[in-house]
Amino acid sequence: MALAFDEFGRPFIILKEQEQKSRLRGLDAQKGNISAGKAVARILRTSLGPKGMDKMLQSPDGDVTITNDGATILEQMDVDNQIAKLLVELSRSQDYEIGDGTTGVVVMAGALLEQAERLLERGIHPIRIAEGYEMASRIAVEHLEHIAQKFDFGVTNIEPLVQTCMTTLSSKIVNRCKRSLAEIAVRAVMSVADLERKDVNLDLIKVEGKVGGKLEDTELIYGIIVDKDMSHPQMPKQIEDAKIAILTCPFEPPKPKTKHKVDIDTVEKFQTLRQQEQKYFDDMVQKCKDVGATLVICQWGFDDEANHLLLHRNLPAVRWVGGVELELIAIATGGRIVPRFQELTQEKLGKAGLVREKSFGTTKDRMLYIEHCANSRAVTIFIRGGNKMMIEETKRSIHDALCVARNLIRSNSIVYGGGSAEISCSIAVEAAADRYPGVEQYAIRAFGDALDSIPMALAENSGLQPIETLSAVKSQQIKEDNPYCGIDCNDVGTNDMREQNVFETLIGKQQQILLATQVVKMILKIDDVISPSEY
Amino acid sequence: MAIDKLFKDDATEEKGERARMASFIGAMAIADLVKTTLGPKGMDKILQSTGRGHSVTVTNDGATILKSLHIDNPAAKVLVDISKVQDDEVGDGTTSVVVLAGELLREAEKLVAAKIHPMTIISGYRMAAECARNALSQKVMDNKEDAEKFKSDLMKIAMTTLSSKILSQDKEHFAKLAVDAVMRLKGSTNLESIQIIKKAGGSLKDSFLDEGFILDKKIGIGQPKRIENAKILVANTAMDTDKVKIYGARVRVDSMSRVAQIEGAEKEKMREKVQKIIGHGINCFVNRQLIYNFPEELFADAGVLAIEHADFDGIERLALVTGGEIASTFDNPESVKLGHCKLIEEIMIGEDKLIHFSGVEMGQACTIVLRGASFHVLDEAERSLHDALCVLSQTVIDSRVLLGGGWPEMVMAKEVDELARKTPGKKSHAIEAFSRALISIPTTIADNAGLDSAELIAQLRAEHHKEESHAGIDVISGSVGDMAELGISEAFKVKQAVLLSATEAAEMILRVDEIITCAPRRREDRM
Repeated sequence: MALAFDEFGRPFIILKEQEQKSRLRGLDAQKGNISAGKAVARILRTSLGPKGMDKMLQSPDGDVTITNDGATILEQMDVDNQIAKLLVELSRSQDYEIGDGTTGVVVMAGALLEQAERLLERGIHPIRIAEGYEMASRIAVEHLEHIAQKFDFGVTNIEPLVQTCMTTLSSKIVNRCKRSLAEIAVRAVMSVADLERKDVNLDLIKVEGKVGGKLEDTELIYGIIVDKDMSHPQMPKQIEDAKIAILTCPFEPPKPKTKHKVDIDTVEKFQTLRQQEQKYFDDMVQKCKDVGATLVICQWGFDDEANHLLLHRNLPAVRWVGGVELELIAIATGGRIVPRFQELTQEKLGKAGLVREKSFGTTKDRMLYIEHCANSRAVTIFIRGGNKMMIEETKRSIHDALCVARNLIRSNSIVYGGGSAEISCSIAVEAAADRYPGVEQYAIRAFGDALDSIPMALAENSGLQPIETLSAVKSQQIKEDNPYCGIDCNDVGTNDMREQNVFETLIGKQQQILLATQVVKMILKIDDVISPSEY
Repeated sequence: MAIDKLFKDDATEEKGERARMASFIGAMAIADLVKTTLGPKGMDKILQSTGRGHSVTVTNDGATILKSLHIDNPAAKVLVDISKVQDDEVGDGTTSVVVLAGELLREAEKLVAAKIHPMTIISGYRMAAECARNALSQKVMDNKEDAEKFKSDLMKIAMTTLSSKILSQDKEHFAKLAVDAVMRLKGSTNLESIQIIKKAGGSLKDSFLDEGFILDKKIGIGQPKRIENAKILVANTAMDTDKVKIYGARVRVDSMSRVAQIEGAEKEKMREKVQKIIGHGINCFVNRQLIYNFPEELFADAGVLAIEHADFDGIERLALVTGGEIASTFDNPESVKLGHCKLIEEIMIGEDKLIHFSGVEMGQACTIVLRGASFHVLDEAERSLHDALCVLSQTVIDSRVLLGGGWPEMVMAKEVDELARKTPGKKSHAIEAFSRALISIPTTIADNAGLDSAELIAQLRAEHHKEESHAGIDVISGSVGDMAELGISEAFKVKQAVLLSATEAAEMILRVDEIITCAPRRREDRM
């Protein structure tokens, strides 16, 4: 531990409880950080690409997750190292922003760090490396725009979108039925997309899973599914042309928030109170009936008496529906959420063509389907699968696919996948490097090398010779001036990614490079790590 | 410079080969654990709980065994999970699915040792599974049109399922029970309406299906014990003190006489309620909640049979069988639907008095009364019967039927073998391995029965080489027999689910190349 001493050789106390903290300085700090970052990237490296392997994660409570989604792995890994945490954040922000490429971004960052380590050993100052990376990333991003292609699709022609989603899904465990899942994802996004404003509100797509059945049974429902059943077992299981009253007030006696007491001191009072109570329930049900509702969906519970009255008046009802679901139902059916019975009017009712209850399997699992809604903007993707892990993994995969489709609607530029974009960028960056005088040139070149590591990892995971394959593809790109050559992961026989239909969104790729560079810059700038040591 | 630690203190990380080995070994250990319970001659396991009382369960139901295990190996947890799902979805084949997944992994381990990449194995397995499923669906028999034949199919399936359970001695009897019960459901899969009552005493053979409904409750004192042409009101209402539900209400009085008055009013209120209930013209009243002495007395006076504290399921079932509605208000008697039944009487089973509703309107629900020597036997009998009921109710929906006794596995293995010969590349090894894993199921069945499995399987394979063979293992005689003649059938849905979930699980475990175990959550020591 480095300390400051006064002229008598006594140490100055600078930090609080200085003795108990471990401290890393200078080059040691950078190298320590880099190796931590590399360690994280190494874990994810094998998950990259269509032939990437999965990771099995056991949570502190013993639950098992099997996934190859970078963001999920990192999130569940429960890392302790500060730098590793930075990379976890990195992957998470890619997930929030783009939703896909969460593994790639970490592998990229790891490769950049690895290159930086070599430069540091040569004695290049970390800040110069960081600056060089920054320049290189700008070159790469510009080059990406250059090689990007416009991508045509329309409401009727969704095939290109489906193809893109299939690329995303092919690296997941669900690739057995990637075609149908991709179609589901695209149709879901298209039905909620606002093509005028080029915006998609993913909140309108609900992804619901239920264990059992096959993956092939996964379906898209133009409506809402609620994991609830009718409040009374004898209510009808199917309602056509339902008019839905959406309530957030319970069918229960009133409970004013202020503290109060009702005193009963005479027999008459007792009796009037009783009658009032009965009338109260009666009124509630009557009000719903009066406005013409044929189905009541309530956020709260029902009193037994109210429940029976509802059945009696032939008014099916669902209770204990969660707040988020209630909102979705309101959006889908065009109804309004009504907080008080008095405010119930005919206009506030939601409309749905068909509401039905469906039961699954041998246990008494029942779900409520609300379909043919007045406003079919809200859709539900209902996932079935062999076990809970499968469903969770499918949910994550579908989420990725949805995000990709959304990104394409937002901006329809694409770059080709299979590492072709990275290779092309790497060539461009290396060519540009020679034009820069000064030490940055080295950093820029190193950036180019780092870009190569993604196709290299892809090749490695697909069981190909990484260096041979990469150099072959690179020379082909330069010789044919064709930036669409990539790694042939699936052994199809061609490495022209246009023929393989493997592509990714431009913004996704750009974001990947920018985010990775940013984090690496941040890590490089750290030259002092002070942490409380073990006690 | 090495990093000190990436993870928290107790977290472990296993990579590559080691990770794969850990998951293979874990999964195979689980498969081997339940392997001996497979088939008609499978053995049972005793499970002792760690909880208080160390209660003991004797079972050979795969799902039950696996559910009770505390497992630390994450791959093993995947297998436990698929068995649970199989139980929820089709109810039977919970052992087979685990054994098949275990065998698939065992084969995969060999392939990995021979330097074949897991991804290649997976794609081979996928092709094989698809091919196997097609082979099965081509061989199915569907007798939905012919009611008579369909019923005999159901009977066969029930017998096959039961033959591997404790009930195998009386399988014909129970198969009949199960089929009758499921036929009554008329296509619904809601097994809730089949009530199983367990009463210790007597022998398993004394178990019976009752067309009516049996409620495990007592009739109130002083009330009629037998009612003919009963009109039943099923209710869910408070019959203790009908409280004022308005929040914050309280009684404040200034003298004793007032208390008495209010008490009188309360009583009056209850009396009124009882009058209203009786006003429905009923002679039997079933309530989910308690009935206090006072109203009970009133009912007794009116000659109405009052049953209190029937649990929620009981109420729902009763409402279902008698066709009444569950009422909570009693103001308009003309519009409340009452339930009807021909006869209500108190019956004795063993030493317990039960209430028996017979001649009910809707025959959808029924009750199976299980008798047996001990509670362990009864519990196991219930599980076995539940399996049979599940399979039957699923078969009613999807009426495709296959033969049993290892026949479907042999059919699949044959097709998969054909595929392996046609497929070029390394995948064919994986496909071949898949067929070996399939054959291991009949092998295990034969082994468990103490037969010479190698000999039998070889014979079986030769038999299956002929077209349209119906050969399978006849465990009773210990030879290869014609499954169609022996009447051993299985539901297509079960086999398909076994095949698909086992492949899915094996695939999932194969794809893993790294296991990260987080530090277990520390329990706060507050001692």
